Amino acid sequence: MPESSLIGSRIRERRSLVGQRQAELAKAVGISPSYLNLIEHNKRKIGGKLLIDIAQELEVDVALLSQGAEANLAASLRHASDDWPDIDAEVERIDEFAGRFPGWAQLVTKSHDQVLKLERVVETLSDRMAYDPLLSKSMHEVLSAVTAIHSTSSILSENKEIGPEWQARFLRNINEDSARLAESAQSLVQFLDAGNDNPAAISTPQQEIEQFLGGQGYHFPELETLRGDPEALVEGNEALQTTAARKQALQILEQYSEDAAKVPLESIRSAIQIHGIEPSKLTNIFQASAGTVLRRIAVMPEDVLKADIGLVVCDAPGNLQFHRKLQGFGSRRFMATRAQWPLFEALSRPMQPIRRTVEVPDYEFQKFECFAVAEPINTVSFDDVPIYAAYMLIVPSSYYQQDD
Amino acid sequence: MGKRVLLIEDEPNIIEAISFILSRDGWDVATHSNGHTAVDAIREREPDVIILDVMLPGRSGYEILGDIRADGNTSVLPVLMLTARGQAKDREMAEAAGASMFMTKPFSNADVLNAVNELVA
Repeated sequence: MPESSLIGSRIRERRSLVGQRQAELAKAVGISPSYLNLIEHNKRKIGGKLLIDIAQELEVDVALLSQGAEANLAASLRHASDDWPDIDAEVERIDEFAGRFPGWAQLVTKSHDQVLKLERVVETLSDRMAYDPLLSKSMHEVLSAVTAIHSTSSILSENKEIGPEWQARFLRNINEDSARLAESAQSLVQFLDAGNDNPAAISTPQQEIEQFLGGQGYHFPELETLRGDPEALVEGNEALQTTAARKQALQILEQYSEDAAKVPLESIRSAIQIHGIEPSKLTNIFQASAGTVLRRIAVMPEDVLKADIGLVVCDAPGNLQFHRKLQGFGSRRFMATRAQWPLFEALSRPMQPIRRTVEVPDYEFQKFECFAVAEPINTVSFDDVPIYAAYMLIVPSSYYQQDD
Repeated sequence: MGKRVLLIEDEPNIIEAISFILSRDGWDVATHSNGHTAVDAIREREPDVIILDVMLPGRSGYEILGDIRADGNTSVLPVLMLTARGQAKDREMAEAAGASMFMTKPFSNADVLNAVNELVA
């Protein structure tokens, strides 16, 4: 088989290496997932602009896709050295190295690929650790029980003179807490065991939601009319496997319907065409809350926005969820800028919209404009305390610079 | 009469243990377990220092802390935040909400004693 007929396989290999879904890549380069599938199985020829686009999207040299890793060892080596700029590899002698020591050169590139793959798994796992509500609940129970036992047992051992009544009481507490600890430790183990086969492949309710929203392009034409039926959309959707995810998806879509009634599609479409993505202006025009406007912007199709944007939602205990993912968003480098996000500050100053520019080191776009506000998610009354959620819209700063 | 501390926490056995060690140290200890009514309890008890758990039934400790800081009478009151998660994110949120000090569970009895004594010093 000639080399060029294996381009599809290489695309597939590279795509799974960087952890991108077929549907995501297809969307990014403007083709249908089924067509990409044919390409990846070498059933359709590919070349020209589409190949360049795919290579760009997968952050790989076109040559590496068109000629294959073996034929282009040098490109892979260059890739590896790019990722370790402080090592000062002899880039000018790459061809010599690859030519004289093809085996060693392959070893270097293989190791580098493996590192990327593992980084990806670690990233997924640590995201899961940090944002999984179930896991954080079990951890909370374990730590609470440990804290109680630790504190109580040190009272008993450090205060020999305490009376028999206190002693009996503290012993009973320790007994209770150790039973609780045993139970919560067990459920934690069960939870962690479930992921033994392929830790990167299991999804949490949060990931299911993200996949569900992403799969629809974040926009639901069915809910833009007054007769929209959120339940019908949730029911039978393959992305939503768990009850928790279905319940939450329904809440999100019900909110979508309410927002759409307040800020109709046609009006916001033309408002964005005239003013651009300007949350303050749109809030004034529609006399809607800042949260409604941020959510509405985030469900607009790309042809309206003319920019790749993101929306993060944070509930009161601090769990994050991506209701729209911007390219590269959610990556480790991006997450590392959390301290700069106005999202958490918004949560501590409810109803106060906050705009801030966030800089991401070494990121393609470098700067992002972040618009955040926290608003009550329940109906506030004399009897109920408001429960807040914070929303943060993220727009690449370059979008606003083009406007000027 | 010792200094007043208000412990806002929902784990009964942690409440009992911490109350015990603080009382032994000469503190006048009051406790409260409900997130919804925590702010009222603070107004009523007028403590010198507050120990506030992040995870409470009804309301999160961050929201309660927000209210404490927004109220002119309590805006400078020392607050020791307790959390069961030591992630950077939690520390950031505690700092943004205005915590005077932050402690991760499990802590030692001596840590809590030192912390509250330092906060009123």
